[in-house]
Amino acid sequence: MSVIEAKGLNLTFQTNDGPVHALKDVNLTIEKGDFVSFIGPSGCGKTTFLRCVAGLEHPTGGTLSVNGMTPDEARKARAYGYVFQAAGLYPWRTIGRNIALPLEIMGYSKSEQAERVKRVLDLVELTGFEKKFPWQLSGGMQQRASIARALAFDADILLMDEPFGALDEIVRDRLNEEVLKLWNNTGKTIGFVTHSIPEAVYLSTKIVVMSPRPGRITDVIESTLPRERPLDIRDSAEFIAIAHRVRDGLRAGHMDE
Amino acid sequence: MNKLGPVITVILAIVAFWYVAAVPMNVQETLTAAERAGVAVTPDNARARSEAGRWSLVFQNLDALGGSWSVDRARLPSPHQVLTEIYNSTWDEEVNGRRGIVNSGSFSNRSLVYHSGVTLGATVLGFLIGAGFGILLAVGIVYSRTMDRSVMPWAIVSQTIPIVALAPMIIVVLYSIGIGGMMPKAVISAYLSFFPVVVGMVKGLRSPDHMQLDLLRTYNASKSQGFWKLRLPASMPYLFTSLKIGIAASLVGAIVGELPVQRGGLGARMLSGSYYGQTEQIWAALFVAAILAALMVAIIGWIEARTLKRMGMAV
Ligand SMILES: Nc1ncnc2c1ncn2[C@@H]1O[C@H](COP(=O)(O)OP(=O)(O)OP(=O)(O)O)[C@@H](O)[C@H]1O
Ligand SMILES: [Mg+2]
Repeated sequence: MSVIEAKGLNLTFQTNDGPVHALKDVNLTIEKGDFVSFIGPSGCGKTTFLRCVAGLEHPTGGTLSVNGMTPDEARKARAYGYVFQAAGLYPWRTIGRNIALPLEIMGYSKSEQAERVKRVLDLVELTGFEKKFPWQLSGGMQQRASIARALAFDADILLMDEPFGALDEIVRDRLNEEVLKLWNNTGKTIGFVTHSIPEAVYLSTKIVVMSPRPGRITDVIESTLPRERPLDIRDSAEFIAIAHRVRDGLRAGHMDE
Repeated sequence: MNKLGPVITVILAIVAFWYVAAVPMNVQETLTAAERAGVAVTPDNARARSEAGRWSLVFQNLDALGGSWSVDRARLPSPHQVLTEIYNSTWDEEVNGRRGIVNSGSFSNRSLVYHSGVTLGATVLGFLIGAGFGILLAVGIVYSRTMDRSVMPWAIVSQTIPIVALAPMIIVVLYSIGIGGMMPKAVISAYLSFFPVVVGMVKGLRSPDHMQLDLLRTYNASKSQGFWKLRLPASMPYLFTSLKIGIAASLVGAIVGELPVQRGGLGARMLSGSYYGQTEQIWAALFVAAILAALMVAIIGWIEARTLKRMGMAV
């Protein structure tokens, strides 16, 4: 069974300046364990699609199922962790307590909370920062903490909206490696929004190229790269070929306008 | 410590202005006293002087103004007179007075210590009621559309009615149903202090942004979890700011409530001072009220600093 399945998905926002067609006839199937990147120019509906999957936005047409349920049911079943574009840590909570937030809400016991916080802090290499407040951490560390927060509970889907958009190249590379490792270790299904072609190609098993006005999918590229991906795979001919195809897809989207 | 310089400069400027202002303000009384003491003043009768302008009297009698800063029943008592009055009606009255705490075991009803206590009791009680009520209203307004639409306009209207007009009515109504003593004053205090708390708390409870709220939705958090884990902590800085305004307003309310009743308190002292032309007494009560307000605001500020520091939100 597919984890996420969109058929003829449409979403039109009613705004004061008239309707905005954010998603038009989006068809996409995501299988269990896929790492799917969404790439496309600003305003093409990447965030909107992810929010639809999360049940935070409601499509005006078509069908969308998550784990075989409606997105709202999936949300209530706590089927996914969502990483927003900004870290969005609560300033009055320490890093440890921020990560414990979903656990508190979901009613995990104190000892279970402590154990899980420790484990995910380890996973994102923030051990020792548990007692620090968010403002005492760099932007990249805060973003890692917010990923840890999404990993703390047992959702088998992870949705990430440009989690590394604001970070420099070096930090980004490291975090990309970490995310891949994490994906390998946990077997989660990941939806990942990015503006960076190399990032999309490096991480994904499937790259969804989108174009704006109205937001739609113009190409879906199945990556042929192996699961094990050292950073220097980005110099391989195969990698460059996929990147080319993504770039062509993005360009074609622009031509249409 | 580098704030001390500017503060002292401002205080000195105010004090200097005060002493200068006391000369024209008190010129009538000063000249009358001087005339009685045998000094020649122009014009030489009180009626003519009362029709002359203050400044012209000052310039015509530059030599006879020595008493401007020590005259009895001055229009504007000078700072040292007010300070002396404060000392006399606090320390001196309590330590040396027959009815003072040293000689009688309880505070003298002629001392500002006693009257401050009376006002303070009503202020604190009224503040607790007002702040508690304000917080509850704010929660209602944030969580209920109906309350948002219906309560807020009334809260605003309530503050447009002059409190001096409303206070006697509140007192009369409460007395007539058998509620007297501290309670009517506390009600007036609460009436003034709930408003800043409502406004600040509503803003604070609404301060979390879309992303923070969406995050809780992704966890399928309940409304009460959203309140306790997000909205309430996010509102703390706003709450403390409005509590500081609220407690100052509460003190004003208690004093206004004491004006018509004359059963003790700083307000009663102010009014009796004005009945009997004891301007020093008015000013002394005014100063003590200001000091009380500053102290209470400082206490809340201290609690705020400690709380926000513990929450990691200190600035
Ligand atoms: N809540 C909303 N109300 C009205 N219009 C919206 C809303 N959210 C998004 N839109 C519109 O929908 C379109 C798609 O927005 P979306 O945020 O999904 O773009 P995006 O691909 O994530 O862009 P970016 O890369 O800049 O984040 C845009 O034209 C945007 O203006
Ligand atoms: Mg976006």
